[in-house]
Amino acid sequence: MLRSKFLPIIIFVIAIVSVQVLTGLTDKAQYLTQLTMTGYYSLVIIGLCMLIGYAGQISLGHAGFFAIGGYVSAFLTTYNLAPHKEKPLVSVLSKTGLLGSMQDLYGGDTMVVNPWLACIAAVAVTVLIAYIIGGPILKLKGHYLAMATLGFGTIVYKVVLATSFFGAADGLSDIPGFKVLPGLEVSGKPGLRVQNYYIAWGLVALGMLLLTNLIHSRVGRALRSIHSAEDAANAMGINTGRYKLNIFVLSAVFAALAGVFLTHYNGGIGPSEASIMKSVRYVAIVAIGGMANLWGALAMGFVLNFLSLRGYFGSYDDAIFGVILILIMLFAPEGLLRREVFQGLKKRLSGKKSAGGQQA
Amino acid sequence: MNIELLSQYLVAGITYGTIYAIVAIGFNIIYNATGIINFAQGEFVMLGGMIAVSLHTFMPLPAAIVAAVLAAMIIGALIEIIFIRWLVSPSVLRMIIITIGISIFVREAALHVWGEAVRALPYFTGSEVTVISFGNVHISPQVLWVTGIAAIIVALLTFFFNYTLLGRQMRACSSNRDAARLCGINAKNMVTLSFVLSAGIGALAGCVVSPITYVQYDSGTGLAIKGFTVAILGGLGNSTAAIGAGLILGILESLCVMVLPTAFKDVVSISVLLLILFVRPSGIFGSVEASRLKEF
Amino acid sequence: MKAVKILAVLLFSCLILAAPALAKDTIKIGAILAVTGPASFLGAPEAKTLEMLVEDINKKGGIKGMKVELIIKDSGASPEKALSFAKQLIEEDKVLAIIGPSTSGETMKIKSVAEEAKAILISCAAAEVIVNPVAKYVFKTPQMDKHAVIRIFEQMKVMKLAKAGVLSSNTGFGKAGKEQIEKLAAEHGVQVVASEAYDSKATDLTAEVTKVKAAGAEAIINWSIEPAQAIVIKNARQLGFKGPIFQSHGFGNIKYVEAAGEAAEGVIFPAGRLLIADVLPKNHPQKALLTKYKKDYESKFKEEASTFGGHAYDAMLILTKAIEKAGKADKEAVRNAIEGLTGLVGTAGTFNFSAQDHNGLDINAFEMLTVKKGKFELLATPAKKEGASKKK
Repeated sequence: MLRSKFLPIIIFVIAIVSVQVLTGLTDKAQYLTQLTMTGYYSLVIIGLCMLIGYAGQISLGHAGFFAIGGYVSAFLTTYNLAPHKEKPLVSVLSKTGLLGSMQDLYGGDTMVVNPWLACIAAVAVTVLIAYIIGGPILKLKGHYLAMATLGFGTIVYKVVLATSFFGAADGLSDIPGFKVLPGLEVSGKPGLRVQNYYIAWGLVALGMLLLTNLIHSRVGRALRSIHSAEDAANAMGINTGRYKLNIFVLSAVFAALAGVFLTHYNGGIGPSEASIMKSVRYVAIVAIGGMANLWGALAMGFVLNFLSLRGYFGSYDDAIFGVILILIMLFAPEGLLRREVFQGLKKRLSGKKSAGGQQA
Repeated sequence: MNIELLSQYLVAGITYGTIYAIVAIGFNIIYNATGIINFAQGEFVMLGGMIAVSLHTFMPLPAAIVAAVLAAMIIGALIEIIFIRWLVSPSVLRMIIITIGISIFVREAALHVWGEAVRALPYFTGSEVTVISFGNVHISPQVLWVTGIAAIIVALLTFFFNYTLLGRQMRACSSNRDAARLCGINAKNMVTLSFVLSAGIGALAGCVVSPITYVQYDSGTGLAIKGFTVAILGGLGNSTAAIGAGLILGILESLCVMVLPTAFKDVVSISVLLLILFVRPSGIFGSVEASRLKEF
Repeated sequence: MKAVKILAVLLFSCLILAAPALAKDTIKIGAILAVTGPASFLGAPEAKTLEMLVEDINKKGGIKGMKVELIIKDSGASPEKALSFAKQLIEEDKVLAIIGPSTSGETMKIKSVAEEAKAILISCAAAEVIVNPVAKYVFKTPQMDKHAVIRIFEQMKVMKLAKAGVLSSNTGFGKAGKEQIEKLAAEHGVQVVASEAYDSKATDLTAEVTKVKAAGAEAIINWSIEPAQAIVIKNARQLGFKGPIFQSHGFGNIKYVEAAGEAAEGVIFPAGRLLIADVLPKNHPQKALLTKYKKDYESKFKEEASTFGGHAYDAMLILTKAIEKAGKADKEAVRNAIEGLTGLVGTAGTFNFSAQDHNGLDINAFEMLTVKKGKFELLATPAKKEGASKKK
């Protein structure tokens, strides 16, 4: 039991390391940029997979949580508090060392919130919002649930677009790096590529560890019962509402964390991160991976986000996601990477991979 | 705040509201027949406008509109036949995702066919600057066209669903598909018909509103979101209520411009949607009992 | 099953094919443009223009005998993609320069990336922050928003208008214009009586116009690029607004005039001279270049040339001239050459670059235009500024 639970994580970690080593050996270290970004998007996806696949609740507004995390952190770490030095809250923060002074690119002095504090604030705000809206939203079902989450996502998008201190349509730029630990900084500087890759995928590995544990626990069994027969679960004394809400908040936190980290990594965030198309994209990837299949969702998230970020889809980026959605839902509603397929694939790929290499 | 200004806001609200309502009616028809919310409804509106504009370059306006509506109906039928007809009792989640996929696909296809350019049909009567004035309240004749056509659509639909055999068959399917099938109604054809009908209405709406709103490859999405809001406000499936709900939302939006920065207009209207969903998901006019009976 | 296999093979071969062979006698130029998505009205003509230009250059034997290889990346106006592509173009493709992005939001995200990597970036976006403060490697081709605003205010002074109602869309373009208007109004004696930002996808703006009108605006200034700018003028006229309507240089696309029909008559807006290329006096320095670009573009793509495509044209032109001047495709040399370019005639105006000015255009790059009988025309009132070409 123990082995089967941890084996995938161990394999996953080995895969993460070998990808990095491979890029180093083949002189493709630049790929780490997109791989890191993909890592953060994968974090959103596994959280969403938990919500859709295991708790059975669709969310068409998850980009909203990503954006809340990213924007709150971005705002706090760029908004110059120096003019407000005298205000009590600011001076308290400043004395406790939670404000950092920094110099911007052009030599101006600014006083901003420490990224750690900003990150905690971002997550706290997300948790708060997720709890507040999660309660009533999760009482809804089917189309109403889809509409309500879509509505939530749209509201976040429109608020971001309409608010001038969030940079309106331009978003926020020049966001400083996030020194997680001494010597470990989330930032897009070319020199920090390798450590950022590990930060991103380390987070994903931690997330997977947490989620797989959750699935194999009491919570997981309760969730499965909700998914298959909510009324029966309720009758058995499982507080389905609470489980659903907690998973909703958890997945929102995953998205928000991804938002915080990616924003610091990119050094900026724009309203496109909050758009409905982004939310749909996350749902699409979960669907393709096989709704209740964390590893499948992770794998598809990795492949599709990486290809998209490298620009392989050209002008057909959105169109390809649309087509994939339709095809998967028509022909393989259980997802592309069901467990059986996965196992079959393993056998076949061992022979295929070398063939692919030779062709190219 | 004087009365004239207020009436001018009301007129603006009625214009928005009617546009939203026509889109909402399209949702309702498919919802009634299938229990599906067709997230691609906005794309029918876009297609109607786009095709009509393209055709209008070489045929007179009325012919272009009729042809565009027919073309959209065919597309609607094809979409149903290719993507939906053969699915065996698909789950709601699956249907939502499929129709979202269709919506994205149609939109992107339109981008590659028509480019990003903005188009519009000419005004049906008069020109861009023609106004009908009631004192100091001004209204464009096209708004009258839009409201008039919305009224005709609702009247025809009411007649169709209540007094024609086909319409009653469709209603039978929506209330109890199995029973309808036992009575010899071909339920599958009824579903196709609902797509044809709502595509046609969407396309007609696209033609009528295009002089006011213009049409672009991605103009369907924004309309669709407002259309949903209105459909849910009025109670899913209720087309007459959709008109009422559309007017309420439209007027609310235009009044909120008076007090709030315009950029927050959509935030307000979607917050209203969330509120309604939380408190009374059956809609303002919908009956709670009826909505409980619907399958999800 | 099969799909999985195909996908896997595809992915693998993509990774391997990703690095195209490097040839020594080619100049690699990257472009990050919003060809699709919400800013496609900018990116699409820009991409077409670049493709056309590069094809042309290569047909003529390239720049100094070196062929140009153009890599266009479609960002869909998403900053995160623009960032990813910028790093790709700089680090992997090792491009000499990047043209674009199309929007200010995207440009600001990659400004520091380009600066740190010492990669030349010639943005096609208008916001002033792109070149102010000056970043050593970052340039931009569109005219300054503030110049457009000042031209409008000057025109208002001539027409004795003091109260302006401002409408703008919630896009980067609208936001930048609104900021400049609000900043510059007071010093030009203009009072902004109402300022509303509407959704870029708005379908009817009657309520907004009503609000502005009720606030006592003598003139309406609208700042947007979307169809909304045609909707504004229509709604304003339908509501019986008789005063003049000013638009931004975003109005420089005949499609909007067609869309607004009669309502567009008399709209006044600042714009580059591309739109009035055929009525420019023969001796105007931009005449030949503009007429050629317009003719080439329109015959190739069967659509009206817009000023946005012109921004990409200028970017390519600047690069070409700088490479010729530097004599080699070396980043440092080309960058220095750009700073030394003066009197370069482009579609947006005459560029005079310097170490402090990375835009190189002055207020004379704008001409005040108006719409008459569905066509763009020079505004009859002679502009007071010297150097602006006059027409009776």
